[in-house]
Amino acid sequence: MSNDSQTENAQQFEPRIVAFFCNWCTYTAADLAGTSRLKYAPNVRVIRIMCSGRLDPQFVVKAFRDGADGVLIGGCHPGDCHYQEGNYKAYRRYALFQSMLKHMGIEEERFRLEWISASEGDKVQKVINEMTEQIRALGPLKLTSVPSYRAQEVQLDLAGVGVEGELL
Amino acid sequence: MSAFDIQENGDFRIGVFVCDCGINIAGKVNVSAVAEFAGTLPNVVVTREYKFMCSDPGQELIQNDVKEFRLNRVVVASCSPLMHEATFRRATAEAGLNQYFFQMVNIREHVSWVTENEYLATEKAKALVAAAVRRVKVHRALESKSVPVNPDVLVVGGGIAGIHAALTIANAGKKVYLVEREPTIGGHMAKFDKTFPTLDCAACILTPKMSSVKAHKNITLWTYSEIDKVDGFAGNFTVRVKRKPRYIKEEDCVGCNLCVEACIFKEGKFEDEFNVGLSKRKPIYMPFPQATPSVVLIDPETCLHFKTGKCKQKCVEVCERGAIDFNQQEEFKEINVGAIILATGFKTFDPHRISEYGYGVYPNVYTSLEIERLVNASGPTQGEVLMRDGRKPKSVAIIHCVGSRDRKTNAYCSRVCCMYSLKLAHLIKERTGAEIYNYYIDMRTPGKGYEEFYDKLLQEGVHFIRGRVAEVTNWAMVPSEEDKLIIRAEDTLIGVARRVPVDMVILSVGLEAHDDAGEVQRLFNISCSKEGWFLERHPKLAPVSTFTDGIFIAGACQGPKDIPDTVAQAGAAAAEALAMVDIGHVELEPNTANVETVMCSGCKTCISMCPFSAITFDAENWRAEFNEALCKGCGTCVVTCPTGAAQQHLYTDDEMYEEIEGVLHYV
Amino acid sequence: MRYIYYPGCSLKGTGRAYEESVLAVFRALELQFEELDDWNCCGATAYMAIDELQAFTLAARNLALAEKQFADEEEVNIIAPCSACYLVLMKAQHYIEEYTEIGDQIRSALKECHMEYEGRIRIRHPLDVFVNDIGLEKIKSLVRKPLDGLRVASYYGCQMVRPYKVFDHHYSPTTMDDLMRALGAKAVDWSLKTRCCGGSLTGTIEQVGMRLSFILLNEAQKRGANVIATSCPLCQFNLECYQGSMNRKFNGSVDLPAAYFTQLMGMAYGISNRELGLQRLFVPMTSQFSKKEGYQHVGV
Repeated sequence: MSNDSQTENAQQFEPRIVAFFCNWCTYTAADLAGTSRLKYAPNVRVIRIMCSGRLDPQFVVKAFRDGADGVLIGGCHPGDCHYQEGNYKAYRRYALFQSMLKHMGIEEERFRLEWISASEGDKVQKVINEMTEQIRALGPLKLTSVPSYRAQEVQLDLAGVGVEGELL
Repeated sequence: MSAFDIQENGDFRIGVFVCDCGINIAGKVNVSAVAEFAGTLPNVVVTREYKFMCSDPGQELIQNDVKEFRLNRVVVASCSPLMHEATFRRATAEAGLNQYFFQMVNIREHVSWVTENEYLATEKAKALVAAAVRRVKVHRALESKSVPVNPDVLVVGGGIAGIHAALTIANAGKKVYLVEREPTIGGHMAKFDKTFPTLDCAACILTPKMSSVKAHKNITLWTYSEIDKVDGFAGNFTVRVKRKPRYIKEEDCVGCNLCVEACIFKEGKFEDEFNVGLSKRKPIYMPFPQATPSVVLIDPETCLHFKTGKCKQKCVEVCERGAIDFNQQEEFKEINVGAIILATGFKTFDPHRISEYGYGVYPNVYTSLEIERLVNASGPTQGEVLMRDGRKPKSVAIIHCVGSRDRKTNAYCSRVCCMYSLKLAHLIKERTGAEIYNYYIDMRTPGKGYEEFYDKLLQEGVHFIRGRVAEVTNWAMVPSEEDKLIIRAEDTLIGVARRVPVDMVILSVGLEAHDDAGEVQRLFNISCSKEGWFLERHPKLAPVSTFTDGIFIAGACQGPKDIPDTVAQAGAAAAEALAMVDIGHVELEPNTANVETVMCSGCKTCISMCPFSAITFDAENWRAEFNEALCKGCGTCVVTCPTGAAQQHLYTDDEMYEEIEGVLHYV
Repeated sequence: MRYIYYPGCSLKGTGRAYEESVLAVFRALELQFEELDDWNCCGATAYMAIDELQAFTLAARNLALAEKQFADEEEVNIIAPCSACYLVLMKAQHYIEEYTEIGDQIRSALKECHMEYEGRIRIRHPLDVFVNDIGLEKIKSLVRKPLDGLRVASYYGCQMVRPYKVFDHHYSPTTMDDLMRALGAKAVDWSLKTRCCGGSLTGTIEQVGMRLSFILLNEAQKRGANVIATSCPLCQFNLECYQGSMNRKFNGSVDLPAAYFTQLMGMAYGISNRELGLQRLFVPMTSQFSKKEGYQHVGV
């Protein structure tokens, strides 16, 4: 750990990405990337959830508001969900929320959903590297303050989708 | 619950323990810096760095600090929680704290092993530690739920792995269901003549085990059956089994074969599956003489009655027991079991995919499995090695690694081919005196008595040529090559391209996962490797467990392996399953969802979200009711709850927010 | 469907008979085509060996020209009868699309001369077009003089199916055999369909190149072929030009005409020998067909 590398790092924008990985597929795949010693960008902070279906859009809002430059969700491939269909729920919420983020001025590259199975350590590496570079190119996320009631609104909207959700 | 669970004056007293993991973490992450940083975080009263936190002294360190510093929260930064979360929770509990007042930080798999830059690795580790310190403050004391376990066990697959696992469990006094998709158990091993390296007869060691399965009072054997549906969780699975119609009343058939003799087809006319197409069978047949159960079956694809409806039904006439039932329908059985062992085996590589080797083009190119039948005393030629044209081969080439160690097909080594090739070389040499040429890349003979067997073959005068075969062709350059198959390969030991004319070619095909491994994986909710092999929970420490509690794997469905390894693994899986069902109850992770009734508005949104029907509506009180026994803890309902009434233990909104803030605000 | 016809240098030189017969068959099949305007070298063999990037750039110029010529087509089908051209054009396309760095360099080179490669190209071998676009049914319906009794060893050579197996198997292809059967000929079953003909070795290390061609001719003859059908000017040249020297050198007795598969098609369609360039064959068809009316060898 040299001072050089510190100064060098200070000069370059290092994106901060929060990742929510499901316990059964993507978190395990990230572990596999580790045991396979696959090197990837250190910009992602992984938070474990049991299922991508637990990913609350509020977490995404929270992450962006608290300074994340990107949010990544990792779940099991369609049909492989440990809880049968949590990943489909995650996908619906993702698709809907992506369009809302656009209205909030957040580029779509900053919010990404990937299906990564437990055996795809190399995909974890690929996706994280790719996303880090994309966001590095976009630059830091600049948010004008997002009032907290907005987040509440988002949730209410999504609750509505939940009821009608089967249509999506 | 101990006094430590309650925060004294609202005070959190957090201990952070950072592990070096030898040099696994410390080699990349500046562990002292991480520990020092953790000490600056609010409410952290002690931080430690230690070489191996998971070792006994490491755990003692945690326990002593809990007592000495009156800690009420513990954070360990080490490896993946999938590896040691249970270990540290136990240590926390033994120190007198609620085991869920603990949070684990993964700085090995997710940091030190995947990061190039030491500075950035250390920064990342700090962020993750900061998040855990914040998160652990809002952890709640939880009790893990203990549920009774159904003591019965289901074994899927009736090859040597399934047979051995079933017998082991049944002998321990537990009830076992053994489900096999083919009409008989025995699997691949039943097709072999001899087994390496001892050359003992496969049938002699296998068939007694097969009959014990049939005779065992604790084993329910369902062949020609498939698993249709799996529900429930560790300790309490509900499984639906589809029993395919064999058009024979299994309980009435005594296996006398009179019906087979009486069949209107005087000779076998259809490809015999057991002899891999080297002989013909009738539409009504016994798969092989030692088939277990000893019950015939009718193939509706070829039976005249099913095809035309105009058969004289001689089979029905001769069967005194009236066992033939053309109206038999597929049947479904529902069973409850506590544990499941998957032993679904493998398939051999289809060499049509490597057209250079001429399989399917030149009749005298065989797969190793065909040769197994050909050298088998109960095979289509009674063990005489005859080629498809009736000749006895004078020279034989055995091509190793067909569909293995080849990026175009399978990159992995199939592990068994070197040894079975040696075995076949020995058997063919013994029976025909033919010259035998083994074309290999590397001879891989690690195993008890294996290298010695290789040496024995060298002494016997079998030829070994190191080189991957380029092609098997019939174009002759010189008269001595006429009417032969010519093997073209580079002999890499002498650096010369060689042509060797032979009569017969054997392709030592590799092992592959079944085509439907993906479907089976989904059915049982486990994971597969890219190649389709079932994924073990840990390659070294949990080799027969899967990521789904209560489901174990044994044999070649987990990866290519030989009979000794398969049997050893089957025994291990049986022991794991027994350990689970024998204790009578299973501890469930308390990550279930629950509802704060006061806040529930009765909107019913969550009900439609739950795939397990764990949520019902209480119309009287106008609120959702959560059944924790049915909840599997995905947390999907929590997300949809508009009021925040639904929460998931261990993953509450508060805990998640603290973690998110933690990873982002650590500096 | 309209096609662009890319002849390449060989079809205008040593492989004239190939061009003559290809065009004759195109006409017989009423195939709509235009020759590529201002085409240049495809970048094959020697060029590729010296500077791959420049070879690809040459090929890319042809692709860009084709797109310009068929500006309205969503997909521009280029027919390249010479196997070497076929392979180089495909390889260039593959590299441009697969490797951004190479692609960018080529694109910028094209830009210098105000050209652009958009990616609408599909490179086709006439064999592929005949069998998969036009179909064996139609091909069969036009046969006027079936090639009865002719035993054809179809020789695909190395470049048509390797490494890009676009329309047939990389090791044991069958398209040409099917075509020959549709023409009434008997397809000889042999295992050297894609084995090396010697390529340019006949010009550099003659004894090696010649031996490779000899192996093919010898095996085809042994399997009962009385003509070997080729789809590449270089293969055809290697196979037919050295038969005398081969026999002396290897103590053999090969005597086998090597015709372009399009010549055989034309013969079945009753097109005159001269139109098909049959008079240009060094090993005349006469010996094989002396008993059959209409298949007389025409002297040069």
